[in-house]
Amino acid sequence: MIPPTKPKYRPLFWRKAKDRAVQVFSVISLSIAVGAMLWILGTILVRGAEVLGWDFLSNPSKPYGMPDAGIANALLGTLMITGFSVLIAVPPALAAGIWLAEFGKRMPRAAAAIRFCANVLMGMPSVIVGLFVYMILVVPMRGFSGLAGAVALAILMFPVVMRTTEDMMAMVPDTLRESGLALGMTRCRVTLSIICRAARNGLVTGVLLSVARVSGETAPLLFTALFADAWPTNFFGGPTANIPVLITEYATNSPFEAMHRAGWGAALVITLLVLTVNLSARVLFREKKH
Amino acid sequence: MEICHAAGMKRPSAWSDPVFRWLCLGCAALCGLLMVGFFVQLAIASGDAWRTFGLGFFSSAEWDPVAERFGALPAIVGTLLTTAIALVIALPLAFVSALFIVDAPPWLSRLLGQAVDLLAAIPSIIYGMWGLFVLTPIMQRIMASFGIETNGFGLLTSALILTLMILPYICAVMRDVLRMTPPMLREAAFGIGCTRWETARDILMRYGIRGLLGGVFIGLGRALGETMAVLFVAGNVMRVPHALTDGCTTIAATLANNFAEADGLQRSALFALGLILLVMAFLIQLLAQYYLRMTGAKRGER
Repeated sequence: MIPPTKPKYRPLFWRKAKDRAVQVFSVISLSIAVGAMLWILGTILVRGAEVLGWDFLSNPSKPYGMPDAGIANALLGTLMITGFSVLIAVPPALAAGIWLAEFGKRMPRAAAAIRFCANVLMGMPSVIVGLFVYMILVVPMRGFSGLAGAVALAILMFPVVMRTTEDMMAMVPDTLRESGLALGMTRCRVTLSIICRAARNGLVTGVLLSVARVSGETAPLLFTALFADAWPTNFFGGPTANIPVLITEYATNSPFEAMHRAGWGAALVITLLVLTVNLSARVLFREKKH
Repeated sequence: MEICHAAGMKRPSAWSDPVFRWLCLGCAALCGLLMVGFFVQLAIASGDAWRTFGLGFFSSAEWDPVAERFGALPAIVGTLLTTAIALVIALPLAFVSALFIVDAPPWLSRLLGQAVDLLAAIPSIIYGMWGLFVLTPIMQRIMASFGIETNGFGLLTSALILTLMILPYICAVMRDVLRMTPPMLREAAFGIGCTRWETARDILMRYGIRGLLGGVFIGLGRALGETMAVLFVAGNVMRVPHALTDGCTTIAATLANNFAEADGLQRSALFALGLILLVMAFLIQLLAQYYLRMTGAKRGER
């Protein structure tokens, strides 16, 4: 005879009290997250706005003590590095996404393996990418260069664009594909001129989100683009100024208050850049859904 | 054929399709190539260090560029400790936050979701700078009020910054997983008189455990490889930390901090550290993929 197990008796009062406690805890934890965000953004805004002005944005950076120092060369460098990384990463990433979405079903194992690799690559520490590009580009080219920085960011971008491309193309209804094929178009034409066009907004969103993600990346640039107090004239053969490394230099390697203030200004600029791109990507995608 | 000619059109060429397909496949295969390339390159570049130190590299706590003796222990311990502390703090916060976002009315849930996504979008160097100029003085003052003299840098500060950074990632994955629980399960639980917390703990958590674990590993991967934020606040001391307020370093921070002036054997030792980090990150991503595969949850990227 097994004695009937007595159900554990929990008084209703305690159960309700516990429920309430968890509710309060969750409100607190969300306030921590949102509060931290506001605190960080607020600090950047207040301290960055002190130095932000036309002079700051139009003059190149200079060593400590020189008048009229700004961050224009770093801003231009960041734009160039990010622009080149888009040029390098986006075409192959789109093609790879197209393969996964359109032809992946014919080779399901290969597709699964590639998808897995892309997911793992997305979670790779960006320092590793910096080390890798240092080995394959900086050492053979005998020097740091903006191009190496662009390649490093492109490697970070590649899997992100690839996976969003696949997701976006998979959302295009099959009837569109079938009607294209029924008109006698080749798979290639159907994909490029019908499916890509239908998924255009989604593809742009994916690219923009990945740009927002990599343009604030610092670690890989420390190993590839480095920094220089000059205009980025030698993009392919010499160290190229960029905002993230400028912030690192000014904040950690300099004891001067003026440099710290310039660092805050640069931080405000890069934050605005990243958040603007990120938000415009979200807005664009929301419009598409309607 | 006939019709095509009659309409003055060319016959769709037979070669363009296979070429297009193989071109696309080639691009997709780049992924695998990169993956293998990481391992091969780092293994080659760190060869000297492995030959010189062997397995003792893992257990030695020395980092002496003059005597050319290097060990990975402080960096590995620092990485594991900061990651572990950050995860212990972030995990409960992320879970209850995700619960709240899922249960909240639609407008509030959307607003909070966007705020969390925005928190994930802030570049890590901004966290680092904020940590350096705002958080470390505060930590110094708090510690001083407990009677501990410290400069504010160290294990605990790094872990707190990491907590803030991984919280939105874990929260986003958990939110997706909780949303995917069939509503019928929740309703059934409410129907037999469970409170909200009991539903969450006994039903939602059991149902979505794999997805939740996947979220944990995503956060773990982020914390493990984070460079800039930790570099700014860790203190970068090559010693095994003994207390929460001790200065420490992580693998990624060591790489960023020492790489520029290193050459020869030290550079090789840094590459060896990079290889260790790569293997750790790879294993964690394997686990994350294993747990997330079933659920189809997004990885907190959007």
